[in-house]
Amino acid sequence: MDKAAIVGVAQTRYERRKKDQIFADMVFDVTRAALDDAGLTINDIDSVVTCSNDFYDGRTISGMAVGDAAGGMDKNISTVSGDGTFGAFYGLMRVLSGYKATIVVAHYKGSEGDVKITTNGMFDPIFHRFLGIEAISAAALQANAYMNLYGLTEEQFAEVSVKNHGNALNNPYAQLAMKITVADVMNSKKIADPLKLFDCCPISDGAAAIIIAGEEIAARSKKKPVWIKGVAHCCESYLLGDRDLAKPVALSEAARKAYAMAGIKNPLREIDVAEILEAFSYMEPLWLEGLGFCKPGEGATLIGKGVTGMGGRLPVNPSGGALSANPILVAGLARLIEATLQVRGEAGARQVDKVNTALAQGFNGPCGQSHCVWIIGGKK
Amino acid sequence: MSADNQKPERLEATFAFPMLYEWSIGLYGSRFFQEIMNNKRFIGIKCPGCGKIYVPPRRVCGPCFKELTELVPLSDTGVLTAFSVVNYPFIDPNTGSRRPIPYTYGYIQLDGADNIFSHIINETDLSRIKVGMKVRAVFKDRAEMKGNIEDIKYFELIR
Repeated sequence: MDKAAIVGVAQTRYERRKKDQIFADMVFDVTRAALDDAGLTINDIDSVVTCSNDFYDGRTISGMAVGDAAGGMDKNISTVSGDGTFGAFYGLMRVLSGYKATIVVAHYKGSEGDVKITTNGMFDPIFHRFLGIEAISAAALQANAYMNLYGLTEEQFAEVSVKNHGNALNNPYAQLAMKITVADVMNSKKIADPLKLFDCCPISDGAAAIIIAGEEIAARSKKKPVWIKGVAHCCESYLLGDRDLAKPVALSEAARKAYAMAGIKNPLREIDVAEILEAFSYMEPLWLEGLGFCKPGEGATLIGKGVTGMGGRLPVNPSGGALSANPILVAGLARLIEATLQVRGEAGARQVDKVNTALAQGFNGPCGQSHCVWIIGGKK
Repeated sequence: MSADNQKPERLEATFAFPMLYEWSIGLYGSRFFQEIMNNKRFIGIKCPGCGKIYVPPRRVCGPCFKELTELVPLSDTGVLTAFSVVNYPFIDPNTGSRRPIPYTYGYIQLDGADNIFSHIINETDLSRIKVGMKVRAVFKDRAEMKGNIEDIKYFELIR
């Protein structure tokens, strides 16, 4: 692959409701902050990718409403209606096809619509939406299938919630930072069995931006470029009933391709930190399995042994992950930004020691229909 | 004069009128609901490539990318493969009415089908419901049926 790097990143603080800022305000803030971070001006950017979703924003062709705020005037703007990791993938493709630098922005406000209605809108209107299925009940079904296949317990999932909400205490952008215990998670309100309140991500508002550039711009950016070593995405069937929910095959395939591109043979040994999109606690062990950090069915054991804690061999979600803030679409871009900060050594109190190679993952669609995996590093 | 940016109350704009939509159910979807109305049973469709039987029927098999045309009658029974007892209210986007809670969402492998069908299960007591249980569809009376997924009232556990 030709060389491309992440040269600028920015996030808003994630909050339950941002009343001061409309979508364009959030995008304007992160666009300027990412440019400042990179030491670039808007004139250095020749391509813009926005990530937005019409149902979430309550407007048609929602991406067009934030073009000016993303510095897109007189430039080539296009929108990805999906997670920010996929928007960044598109941004990378544009750089590889000759643009000098792409800014990728993502915005979301869970506070302004009814998340149950908007995520019910993901499903088939003839056969499924009537039944009430939306993001949480679909996730509960996946958690149930996963537990049944491997004999896992709710307490094992609760450990993820304890770890990630605790990690969030070190992340100034996080929305839900809490020191809690497994018992707190187990006693939290029943939402959709087996998921309790603390197994579920909060509803969040926020935005994020990332600048991906070729070698010319990377050479004169202010921060040390973080090089893209490997990236791939893969999708499986739309209908949940056509999938085995306990086996994230699209993630396995995306990871296999990304590792091959990055030359990674043993991910657990060669990757120093991972930021993954766990909107629900059970997703973290399931995605770790898909990412090949352990065998299928052993993700929860890996977490139980402390391997994914801040002091472990592979810290997972030092930021607190999506359990601590889940602005949909933004959340995957936030994972890539957090991984970038880790490679730069700029992650503050959540910094992991000696990060050479980091992994970021995001997904689209209920129960992880489509996954995108990024491998980034400090060395060209 | 300079404008004060701090003091004003932050206002909101609300749209309360629903965005209406009318989806065509299509040929096979219509056949599926007509089979329920006429015979109180399900139909699936068989892939000429891999032989997999899908329910509800659709035109394409994703893995084979082949056109499906052979409709196959299925029974009204199946096996529960996953479920969740849901404890929060949901507003039905079709009617605006609120579903009583708790309710159980089930992932059902219909006998004779290779993929999974989903619907409501009429059991919310966690001690009485397990993956692997046999289930049977309970349909509305013919006169009440409208040709939609709610013509199936729910699936009941066969004990």
